[in-house]
Amino acid sequence: MVIQVKGTKPNRRNFLKAAAAAPLAAAAGSRAFAQDADPAIVNKQPWNQYLGDGVDARPYGMPSKFEADVVRRDVPWLTADPVSSVNFTPLHELDGIITPNGLCFERHHAGIAEVDPAEHRLMINGLVDNPIVFTMEDLMRFPRENHVYFLECAANSGMEWAGAQLNGCQYTHGMIHNVMYTGVPLRLILEEAGVKTAGTWILPEGADASGMTRSIPMEKAMDDCLVAFKMNGEALRPEQGYPVRLVVPGWEGNMWVKWLRRIEVGDQPWHHREETSKYTDLLENGQARRFTWEMDAKSVITNPSPQAPITHGPGPTVLTGVAWSGRGTIPRVDVTIDGGMTWHQARMSGPSMDKSMHRFYYEFDWDGSPLLLQSRAHDSTGYVQPTKDMLREVRGENSIYHNNGIQTWYVAEDGSAENVEVS
Amino acid sequence: MSKYLKILAPALGGTAGMLTMAYVLADQLVIDMPAPVRDTFAIGTAQAQTTTEAPADEATAQAPATNDASVQMASAEEMAASTPAAGTRFGLGRPALEAEVAAWDIDIRPDGQGLPVGSGDVWTGEEVYVENCAMCHGDFGEAVGRWPVLAGGWNTLEREDPVKTIGSYWPYLSTVYDYINRAMPFGNAQSLEPDEIYAITAYLLYLNNIVEDDFELSNETFLDVEMPNAGGFMPDDRPETELAVFSGDVCMENCKDSVEIVMRAAVLDVTPDSDEAEPTEAVAEAAAEIALSDGDVTEAGMADGTAGANDDMPAQVADAGMAQETAVEDAAVVAAADPELIAAGEGVFRACKACHAVGDGAANKSGPQLNNILDRPIGSVEGFRYSRIFDEAHTAGEVWTMEALTAFLANPREAMPGTKMSYRGIQDPADIDAVIAYLEDASAE
Repeated sequence: MVIQVKGTKPNRRNFLKAAAAAPLAAAAGSRAFAQDADPAIVNKQPWNQYLGDGVDARPYGMPSKFEADVVRRDVPWLTADPVSSVNFTPLHELDGIITPNGLCFERHHAGIAEVDPAEHRLMINGLVDNPIVFTMEDLMRFPRENHVYFLECAANSGMEWAGAQLNGCQYTHGMIHNVMYTGVPLRLILEEAGVKTAGTWILPEGADASGMTRSIPMEKAMDDCLVAFKMNGEALRPEQGYPVRLVVPGWEGNMWVKWLRRIEVGDQPWHHREETSKYTDLLENGQARRFTWEMDAKSVITNPSPQAPITHGPGPTVLTGVAWSGRGTIPRVDVTIDGGMTWHQARMSGPSMDKSMHRFYYEFDWDGSPLLLQSRAHDSTGYVQPTKDMLREVRGENSIYHNNGIQTWYVAEDGSAENVEVS
Repeated sequence: MSKYLKILAPALGGTAGMLTMAYVLADQLVIDMPAPVRDTFAIGTAQAQTTTEAPADEATAQAPATNDASVQMASAEEMAASTPAAGTRFGLGRPALEAEVAAWDIDIRPDGQGLPVGSGDVWTGEEVYVENCAMCHGDFGEAVGRWPVLAGGWNTLEREDPVKTIGSYWPYLSTVYDYINRAMPFGNAQSLEPDEIYAITAYLLYLNNIVEDDFELSNETFLDVEMPNAGGFMPDDRPETELAVFSGDVCMENCKDSVEIVMRAAVLDVTPDSDEAEPTEAVAEAAAEIALSDGDVTEAGMADGTAGANDDMPAQVADAGMAQETAVEDAAVVAAADPELIAAGEGVFRACKACHAVGDGAANKSGPQLNNILDRPIGSVEGFRYSRIFDEAHTAGEVWTMEALTAFLANPREAMPGTKMSYRGIQDPADIDAVIAYLEDASAE
């Protein structure tokens, strides 16, 4: 394997973190023999001896205090103000496919609206036979469905168009979450109002101070969109649109209007701010694509990664990551540990659902030499996740949105990892 | 075998078949939605067959057993076709009143649909803009900090780092009116009158060299304006330009002779760092403003209001987002203050939050941070560019006494003539007391 490294040493803090966390690192291929008895075994721990909290000490259960680092984080320099900003899901701390509610990334345009469900209404108006107002109670009387879908912001990985920039899959790929929604098919609600023949578009609108709006074609609205009020079994979190949000499977997250209060039916798109000034993809020739709704197939290795270095030294190593496609399922993911010279088919594990996240693993025996890790998703349409350079060739570097290029992590001998691009 | 069982057996067989495929097709395990509940809805054999396949006539009951997504689609279309969109179906909800639709239906389209009657000229627009918009977007649309740039950027779309403004990028003028009307000014949305919005829009056109300074925009003249980049957009062409190109066979072995790292994130080093307070050279300046301690990060992460149950959370986490559940712990910390007054003040402060921050790590926004504002010397926050009258008060050694602060909050422009703060003042004296109590409580140590 030929890996040439240019530039300075990799990230110092991760090296320190790795070194500190691996005092008992085993030598390659052999078990470590303990010299002294392990205090974790021979000493009594407080929890071995004393009583813990009783029931109801934590009426809403929280993670262990030892997991306090597992939180959403933001990149403050990205935006002018945290009220109209984004933070990121800590993908490197998660496994399986479901994102816990408290870790689902947030994107608000006017802060978190604290909506009183008793004062919340959903109005359907425009090109309908019967403009209707629903209360939350009304919505709960429609037949419901449950579906697991990923929601990815179109700007996920947007900071990486021009090159490797942020060290950690939380920042490079964390504008995504994968949640089971409970909700009413939008079709049923629209049919309740009776869409007129001329009605070919809808405009969902949020109740927050940004009055978020997006134009969605009727075909999609009548297909698989949900008006959802539960996520992973419990009420939507305020930051995810409590009490009710739109679910637009496979399409960019901005369209999943939170705090949904109105849906207008019309005969043409509205071309509002979030579908003209934003969420349009500027190409190299100065032309911009608009209505690029579908999220292309994408994957990322979550471990090892810059925030999750290898701390155990050489030997058996678990590589894992997630993959998803707005056009279907992910039957296959390939991984490479040598920067793309040789690829291996990863092992898929967990349910494979349409427009949902998929989990993959690749277990290997690390010999301690530097690694260049990549993953490559194949979706059920036959589409294969492209390299960043393949994308740049088509789109240039000004697109911001829809960057689904292959991510590379460089893992140094000490196990620390860094976001890089390779030839 | 009874007729009942004859129906049941194939249905169960179909269900079992589906279960065997559940591993890969879990999401397909969705039985068609029940047909709308009609008056004639019968609790008969069809429903008794299984508890999951609730109401359905025989046609729809067969559909899911084939486990074919296209069949689901077809049946959905059938349902729509068989029930022309007339009359309610579940009978849920109630008719929207005209006044209700009028109150919420504010959207504007490129063809002018939705525009209210009104007008405004460039010069009026400048006044309204300076008062309501300039603190974030700059006097000439050039923007303050990272707020959106509204003007200029012409002919930059093909360059590296294009500047996408109303003039250089936005294809439709209706988008400008609609967005100002629904979402601006930031933190006080839907507070402007149609004439004011027409005027601001006219001024923005003027700043972008699209109209002359004597231009008046109205619902009558609106469609006469053509935006420079109207032709700059095309439909999503990924199906033609990308999907086929990126699909197909992939290389698995001997794909390259060698691999070289051509770019590394460590060179830029702009990743937020929660492990060290020490900022790196490259971003020393930015980091000074944005540095996050572990405590801050934890608070932000816990902002869903569930942190109260964690005994290891620091007691001073009285953050706006998590008021309810930590109230008990916080009470001990702020025993001297009136919790109700503080809570009321937090509500009042919402109107201030777009421009002012308070608390740990509060930074200057378009207004200065407000930590310990009571008895703080006027105009004393480092790095904030004050209006002249604040600088003068500072030089004169004046401080924000309770009286001075109360007067300023009641009527900013009267108390401090020439202040840049575009806020009309707090009407209710009780609200002023409340917000001051909140600021005291929320201030960083």
